[in-house]
Amino acid sequence: MRDDRLAVFRGETRAWLEANCPASMRTPPASEDDIVWGGRNASFPSPDARVWLERMAERGWTAPTWPKEYGGGGLSAAENAVLQSELKRIEARPPLASFGLWMLGPVLLEYGNEEQKLDHLPKIVRGEIRWCQGYSEPGAGSDLAGLQTKCEDKGDHWLINGQKIWTSYANYADWCFCLVRTDFSVKHEGISFILIDMASPGVETRPIKLISGASPFCETFFTDVKVPKGNLVGRVNGGWEIAKRLLQYERTNISGFGSGARADVVEIAKKYVGLDGAGRLDGRDLRARIAQHKMAERAYALTVQRAQEEAKAGQNVSHMASMFKVAGATLNIERCELMLEAAGASGLGWSGDGFAPEELALTRGWLRSKGNSIEGGTTEVNLNVVAKRVLGLRDTQ
Amino acid sequence: MTFMLTEEQRLLKDAALDFVREQAPVSRLRKMRDARKNGRDPELWRDMAAMGWAGVLVAEEHGGAGLGHVAMGLVLESCGRTLAASPLLSTAVVGASAVALGAAPERGKQLLPEIAAGALVMALAVDEGAHHAPLRTALRAQPSERGYRLTGAKRFVADGHLADIFVVVARTSGEAGDADGLTLFLVPADADGLVRHERITVDSRGAADLSFDNVVVDDNAVLGRPDHGAELLDRILDRARIGLAAEMLGQASEAFEITAEYLKTRRQFGQVIGGFQALQHRAAKMFTELELTRSCVYAALDAVDREARDIAQHASLAKARAGETLRLVSNEMVQMHGGIGMTDEHDAGFYLKRARVAEALYGSAAFHRDRYAALLGF
Repeated sequence: MRDDRLAVFRGETRAWLEANCPASMRTPPASEDDIVWGGRNASFPSPDARVWLERMAERGWTAPTWPKEYGGGGLSAAENAVLQSELKRIEARPPLASFGLWMLGPVLLEYGNEEQKLDHLPKIVRGEIRWCQGYSEPGAGSDLAGLQTKCEDKGDHWLINGQKIWTSYANYADWCFCLVRTDFSVKHEGISFILIDMASPGVETRPIKLISGASPFCETFFTDVKVPKGNLVGRVNGGWEIAKRLLQYERTNISGFGSGARADVVEIAKKYVGLDGAGRLDGRDLRARIAQHKMAERAYALTVQRAQEEAKAGQNVSHMASMFKVAGATLNIERCELMLEAAGASGLGWSGDGFAPEELALTRGWLRSKGNSIEGGTTEVNLNVVAKRVLGLRDTQ
Repeated sequence: MTFMLTEEQRLLKDAALDFVREQAPVSRLRKMRDARKNGRDPELWRDMAAMGWAGVLVAEEHGGAGLGHVAMGLVLESCGRTLAASPLLSTAVVGASAVALGAAPERGKQLLPEIAAGALVMALAVDEGAHHAPLRTALRAQPSERGYRLTGAKRFVADGHLADIFVVVARTSGEAGDADGLTLFLVPADADGLVRHERITVDSRGAADLSFDNVVVDDNAVLGRPDHGAELLDRILDRARIGLAAEMLGQASEAFEITAEYLKTRRQFGQVIGGFQALQHRAAKMFTELELTRSCVYAALDAVDREARDIAQHASLAKARAGETLRLVSNEMVQMHGGIGMTDEHDAGFYLKRARVAEALYGSAAFHRDRYAALLGF
């Protein structure tokens, strides 16, 4: 009976996608410029990209499993699996990339009040508001709970003063979900989770130029920023729990994201190293290391699939997030290193027309990938989490 | 495909774990070694057969349980946890697969019930040198009036000193290195002209070298098609590799858990050593490798049950990853235990020794990386 319903849903979904997914949206994004982030000042790489987002958002399928009353698709996990497989079948691009979808939405559904959910979730679904994440500070990186951005209760509003750093795309964001200190006498228990309109007076952002030449991150300054009382999520001083939960969503999402150069290492090696007479990569050492890497990639993909099945079966897999973050980041960094090595001197260009655009993308992607083991919790911090929370190894006892 | 176990599989796994913990802990292997039995523990093999394990893969019509490779893998994983020494892999996976996939129906009808009952032990005689290289087979099988005459040698045959029947890879045409010209034979261990030399191996399990001097077998001894045995051999070997990877996953899991427990109890500098970040991070990395490898092994077992088209890829992935992971974990087990890990009194040495034998058997990680690359077209 249930399978019958799913089969009907699959048929309808396939037909709808055939009719509504523009042909140009059925190819992988060629570069980061093809990714749609939405927001008040949204830019679209093509009219098709805008149409694709509007059509998907109208059905709530940018957030397929969120409840319908908040603009989501209201799909069950099984229906969502059908939708995702149908999207994959036609190689449809994600209509929207968004920290709101990946990070804020899931925690608002869990910790937000009704007004906050009704206010923010539908705009995330439709890509109308672009969010950024105000977590790290100059003095609070790996030791995130050491954050000092001050949030004072001024009766009818909160007053925020402080500085955030590594706020991804803060210069393009409309709103910021932010960790602030509401009590200086304690550490973790003095943190609150608050939503700030980036258009508020006193908010200022400055892009940071990275080794790759790109500036995906900003410094964000808050000087006497007034925030309405209703913008605090959960209870005052209860923000650390929300912060950690959000990090789990972030860590599960981060591995492949933003790392540029999605090229296939085998194709790069075939092109720049070549094959011998027997059809093997002409370089035994590199070939063996690429094979080892491809095996690790497959092992990672299979493990993600296993965790999804376990989650669907009701097992708690949240503790796996740090493991996935470490493994995913390590793999992506390794992939970029292998591609650079395989491309030889052709992977070491910086600019100009002496190098092909995809060659320059290799260089930039390799440099960008160095951030994968730092952002969203360093590899070292995540190994701490695995050791302590999963394996039960304690510092002292 | 799926990673979720059925109720039947869960029950089998629990029963297998209970059995090996009670009947076949590492201390049993130690005792067998100290008695210089070189892998011989017929009582354990009999009890395993009584549990139905020899017939997990054998179809019900032939007296087996027909439970499939995921079920078999769960049993082998349990055996790996306590290093239970038996010819289970050689017989119930390699032997049963060779007969089911390659033997004429009449022969299968005769042999499979005996395999399922644990009444006979089988072994695969494939390699002739120190490294796994099936195509390098040089052992000759000359057609004769009564069938074939086998002449040549096989080395390091796992469970070869225990076997009643060998699956022998021979060359009926071509030269060593050719994929064409291989033929598989069933050869009884007591055949005239077949001499076996028992070898004492580091894992206390033993093996045998075999020499064939005009060993006569009839046409019924042929598995599959003469001269076209390479494909059948690959199918048998891939099942062996996947089953062995499951055993290795069990070894690595147990070695890791024993080590993690030690980190929580051993005290130095006034605290448990598990509090030191240098060890915490290495433990976390081992855990990650183990989880990734676990997925590869379960996916490979499931692929055989589904008769997937990419079983070969799955087999090489599982065996290579299991080999790498077990190497890491078995080395760290010794290092993290410190001095006690170097003593014979501790179990770490048993895991280390079995790890290397399992790693070399049916293709090392290097062998399977090479094969995986070829399968992926580079």
